[in-house]
Amino acid sequence: MKKKITCIECPVGCSILVDIEDSKIAKISGEKCPKGEKYAISEIENPVREVTSTVRGEGLSLKLVPVRTRGAVPKGRIMDVMEEIRKIKVTKDLKIGEKVSEDLLGLGIDIIATRKADKK
Amino acid sequence: MNERDLVIVGGGPAGMAAAISAYENGIRDILVLERDQFLGGILNQCIHTGFGLEYFDEVLTGPEYADRFEKKIRGISGIEIRLRSFVVDLTENKVITYLMPGKIETVKARALIMATGCREKTREMVHIAGTRPAGIFSAGLAQKLINIEGLLPGKEIVIVGSGDIGLIMARRFILEGAKVKAVIEVQNESRGLLRNMIQCIEDFEVPIYFRHKVSKIIGRDRVEKVEIAELDGGPGGKIISKKVIECDTVLMSVGLIPENELIEMAGVRLDKNTNSPISDETNKTSIPGLFVCGNAFKVYDIVDTVSKDSVEAGRMAAKHLGIKDEG
Ligand SMILES: Cc1cc2nc3c(=O)[nH]c(=O)nc-3n(C[C@H](O)[C@H](O)[C@H](O)COP(=O)(O)OP(=O)(O)OC[C@H]3O[C@@H](n4cnc5c(N)ncnc54)[C@H](O)[C@@H]3O)c2cc1C
Repeated sequence: MKKKITCIECPVGCSILVDIEDSKIAKISGEKCPKGEKYAISEIENPVREVTSTVRGEGLSLKLVPVRTRGAVPKGRIMDVMEEIRKIKVTKDLKIGEKVSEDLLGLGIDIIATRKADKK
Repeated sequence: MNERDLVIVGGGPAGMAAAISAYENGIRDILVLERDQFLGGILNQCIHTGFGLEYFDEVLTGPEYADRFEKKIRGISGIEIRLRSFVVDLTENKVITYLMPGKIETVKARALIMATGCREKTREMVHIAGTRPAGIFSAGLAQKLINIEGLLPGKEIVIVGSGDIGLIMARRFILEGAKVKAVIEVQNESRGLLRNMIQCIEDFEVPIYFRHKVSKIIGRDRVEKVEIAELDGGPGGKIISKKVIECDTVLMSVGLIPENELIEMAGVRLDKNTNSPISDETNKTSIPGLFVCGNAFKVYDIVDTVSKDSVEAGRMAAKHLGIKDEG
């Protein structure tokens, strides 16, 4: 079986062909860099996506603090992760990269701030 | 009148990169005017990843990318940053008038870099028939409402145009619990990056209609539905069929145009179609010493390229002021 995958690692968007034999990856072709190979394997074995969103800030310079997942989320769990992110409220100063939540849903994924927020 | 060596209007990625570069090229008296209360420009609302791969070899969100420049610019004492400073007038002699809370200021620039970004085309520019109900937003405005203000503009969305902002917003609405009923694109393929087609549209199985246009927006007070028409062969083609989609919100993602009213006021010649300065060299205009960079010069897809080209604007300003290249 052949599967065509468009790489999303960078704006180039390589078209990658994956040959699958006996439910194993036999050959990967078409990628212009090693990131493509890694991405193609992940798309076949366990498709994941990074999730970005916002959390509410209280008494901070920002009404909403943008956040991202540190590490990628299995595609099927994205909406579950979003539901948890929506519950988060932050009240203290935050630096970029600082955790606002740890090990979400036992997935081993932290949520980190992507913009600094100061106490008002 | 207060006179400065270099004034930069706009504190987005273009303005910041230009300011840093101008300093590195020897200019020591630099004033940056930004109307917002933060530096960073449009990047502050672009909370998704997809920035910096070229410039930093890292996958960053918009705010993270902006912060790299903000940290650097804040560390340079020769660069004065004035926030909440809204430039409202510009003359041919580079006299700038700007509003700050409670006062009006003027300053004359020996060299001037305009980095005012772009704005979104509106519904009027693409001619859709029908009523004028509430619930029609540009994609970038919706992005601001959701990501900065925490307001969800609607629950059932139809997106007109498949540029990157529209695609990114399709995913954003879905993540926030809304339903994206359709993306309507008049061309044969998406205008956005392939990666956004995958991670924003295919991942969430959003229906996308190519060779279609929105022929009518229907609704009394609020949008109730849109009528879409399939066009034979794409834009300009005959209507083959029509279909109605119920929705409460229409997002327009039909492109961006450079924001250049100020330099037009000053007499810079602009291309009527693109609103870009008419110029044979990137960043230059018909007025010597007046440079334009970033999305104000032309609409860039990737911010990394904005940063790169804006570095050039800083260098050009130094050259205009007669400062010799270092090294
Ligand atoms: C919604 C959206 C999504 C995008 N997504 C991506 C992406 O995923 N990846 C990517 O690489 N690129 C993306 N881009 C492109 C990239 O963000 C832009 O190319 C880049 O931000 C342009 O930078 P700029 O500094 O020219 O403009 P801006 O960021 O718009 O900055 C202009 C600044 O000038 C200020 N200003 C304007 N007029 C005045 C005035 N009269 N007085 C004072 N200040 C003024 C504004 O307040 C603003 O801060 C996106 C762009 C948009 C609009």
